[in-house]
Amino acid sequence: MSTVSTTDAAPGHRKPRGHKPRKQFDHAQRMRRTGLLLSAPAVTIMLLVAIAPLADAVWLSLFHKRLTTPDANSFAGLSNYWVVLKDPLWWTDVWTTLALTVATVSVEFVIGFGLAWLMQRALYLRRTLRTIVLIPYGIVTVVSAYAWRYAFDPSTGFVNDWFGTDIAWFDHRWSALFVIALSEIWKTTPFMSLLLLAGLIQVSPDVQEAARVDGAGPWQRLTRVTMPIMKQAILVALLFRTMDAFRIFDSVFVMTGGANNTETVSFLAYRQLVSRTALGLGSAISVLLFACVLLIAFLFIKLFRTDVSKLGSPS
Amino acid sequence: MNHILRRCGLRAVALALVASTVGCGGGGSGPPVLNWYAPPDNGAYQKLADRCSRASGGAYRVKVSVLPTDASGQREQLVRRLAAKDSSIDVMALDPVYVPEFAEAGFLRPFEPAEAAALTEGMLRSAVESSGWRNRLVAAPFRANTQLLWYRKSVAAAAGLDPSRPVGWDEVIAAAEKTRKTVAVPAKRYEGITVWVNGLVAGAGGAIVRDVEKGVDLEPTLQEGGSGKRAAEIMRRLGRSSAAPTNLATSIEDDTRTTFQSDTGGFMINWTYAHGAAAEAVAAGQLGREVLDDYGWARYPRTDPGKASRPPFGGIALGVSKYGGHSAAAVSAVRCAGTLENQITYMLESKETTAKAAAYDDPRVRAALPMADLIKESLDQAGPRPRTPYYNDVSASVQRIYHPPADVNPDTAPRDTDDLITGVLHDKVLL
Repeated sequence: MSTVSTTDAAPGHRKPRGHKPRKQFDHAQRMRRTGLLLSAPAVTIMLLVAIAPLADAVWLSLFHKRLTTPDANSFAGLSNYWVVLKDPLWWTDVWTTLALTVATVSVEFVIGFGLAWLMQRALYLRRTLRTIVLIPYGIVTVVSAYAWRYAFDPSTGFVNDWFGTDIAWFDHRWSALFVIALSEIWKTTPFMSLLLLAGLIQVSPDVQEAARVDGAGPWQRLTRVTMPIMKQAILVALLFRTMDAFRIFDSVFVMTGGANNTETVSFLAYRQLVSRTALGLGSAISVLLFACVLLIAFLFIKLFRTDVSKLGSPS
Repeated sequence: MNHILRRCGLRAVALALVASTVGCGGGGSGPPVLNWYAPPDNGAYQKLADRCSRASGGAYRVKVSVLPTDASGQREQLVRRLAAKDSSIDVMALDPVYVPEFAEAGFLRPFEPAEAAALTEGMLRSAVESSGWRNRLVAAPFRANTQLLWYRKSVAAAAGLDPSRPVGWDEVIAAAEKTRKTVAVPAKRYEGITVWVNGLVAGAGGAIVRDVEKGVDLEPTLQEGGSGKRAAEIMRRLGRSSAAPTNLATSIEDDTRTTFQSDTGGFMINWTYAHGAAAEAVAAGQLGREVLDDYGWARYPRTDPGKASRPPFGGIALGVSKYGGHSAAAVSAVRCAGTLENQITYMLESKETTAKAAAYDDPRVRAALPMADLIKESLDQAGPRPRTPYYNDVSASVQRIYHPPADVNPDTAPRDTDDLITGVLHDKVLL
């Protein structure tokens, strides 16, 4: 790549103030055009796979439309959004989703941090340990959900036998949500620990040592030194997992089918869109779900000043 | 360099053309392949497909493709694909409750009168009725199914219950309570609970909806005559009884069989395949012979002691896709599947019961199905589920209010369900 020289102007020729030399200007334009051309394929793909379906969902949400009654479709305006937002089922599902998100992400953070610390500090079998920790994350979510369902099923499961209980775990809201949360935590804690490990590695042993010399105890070193240094990594890990947890679907689908008030927002959208083929209402829920995820991202990035490019880098 | 590249490119294109020509020749030769979509089974569909392929004399070859296990999943996949005018579906096995929806959406090729006459000849009335829509036959009757009251002979004897006479739900629950056994019913929040509610409501002389031809303006009728309330009372009673299996609210058909065949098993509501499946399990060494010998069967229990029960109706109808490329061959394959001999053979292989009335008189069937007469009688007097293009919404509304059984409120459930059905059909509330 060539560099632009401004020294080749004719001697004695005064450059107009505030204007770049013509050659430099042309080159900048060429570079700009090349940049646009290079990024065009990626932008086109983004438009096709992300923006177009989203725009289509917004458009569909403005209609009363069903796949199985193609002749009975009509314009609905914003009424689908009104139907969703005034329905208690929507709010029940939002609270259920929020409860699952807060519970799973909190526990995952604590356990994930512990595992990350362990993986960093392990002197022996470090690779083996990391592999073992990652196994649950490598399992397909549906398969993991079935495993947990069978484990807690009163007729085929072993959990009741182990604890000498006779609980129909999936018959009641909170016990069912407990098992769903447990399976999510088991499945995705390794992801959290991996992200936190990336941040933990950035904490220099010298800084830790300096704090120790200054008389800081283990808790103080953790909360005053380690965590502030890896703040960006923590925020990125929490952001990724919160957005992911808010869209929880598979475990609910497999374990309860949304029964006993265990339905989440994603599952509600699925039922309207796929089961009922009510494209208008289902699209409205999907758009609202997208807005919720966007809000989560906004809160993290603007309020907590999360920089997603700083994963694993000290802030 | 460019010259070399161009030559290589030309050669590659020529090779690709030759390969595609050979490929086309290979794929185009031989009879057309009919794609028949069916639920998973023990291989009986494939055997039937092979028989029909051979019987066609090379006119077509049937390829069986497997749909999801549950009826709702089967419907979802077929609706999605047919809405996109998927031409790779020729014949589809449909749960009869979805026939009106598929017909109204224009997914099915209606049969001509001459074809309809041949396809319905000798078929059970309930199966024929469930295969039509707007006075046309839109699917061919194939399998007809009903639920029976299965009981452990030892438990009924210990409870002093005589199932040879008509028995009611209250009697069955009381007998299980008395003997500390269970009444297993598929009552997960899925189609099974609608089947249960419909059976109870029909047994009380009611219906879930009427005026189905009015589309979204149909009338929900669970409040009428107290049938919805009576259904809720029975479900709540079982749900709160010691006779309720621990997993009652999450059980599907196979779960109820597991419970029934366990030490706590006393009574079970299940489809006709239960006995055949138990016999297969015994043959495979997975179930003790004494359990199969203890199997008893009776007609579906009465909701009201004074009214004959209306057993549930299920099964499979075969639809020919409007978008498939081989309609004539598909109709021919459906006719082949419905012949008496094929129906008998399929029934013996699959353990599923047929829509062909004469099959129940065949000695081979009677030997394999000792309860053949009871099944035929139940099918004759079955109470079908609502026949509406909006069945999925109606059923999901029922499931939402009538589940879990222990928490159903008999005073509010019928009204709540009626209101929910109306609201859902008019896009006023979520479901």
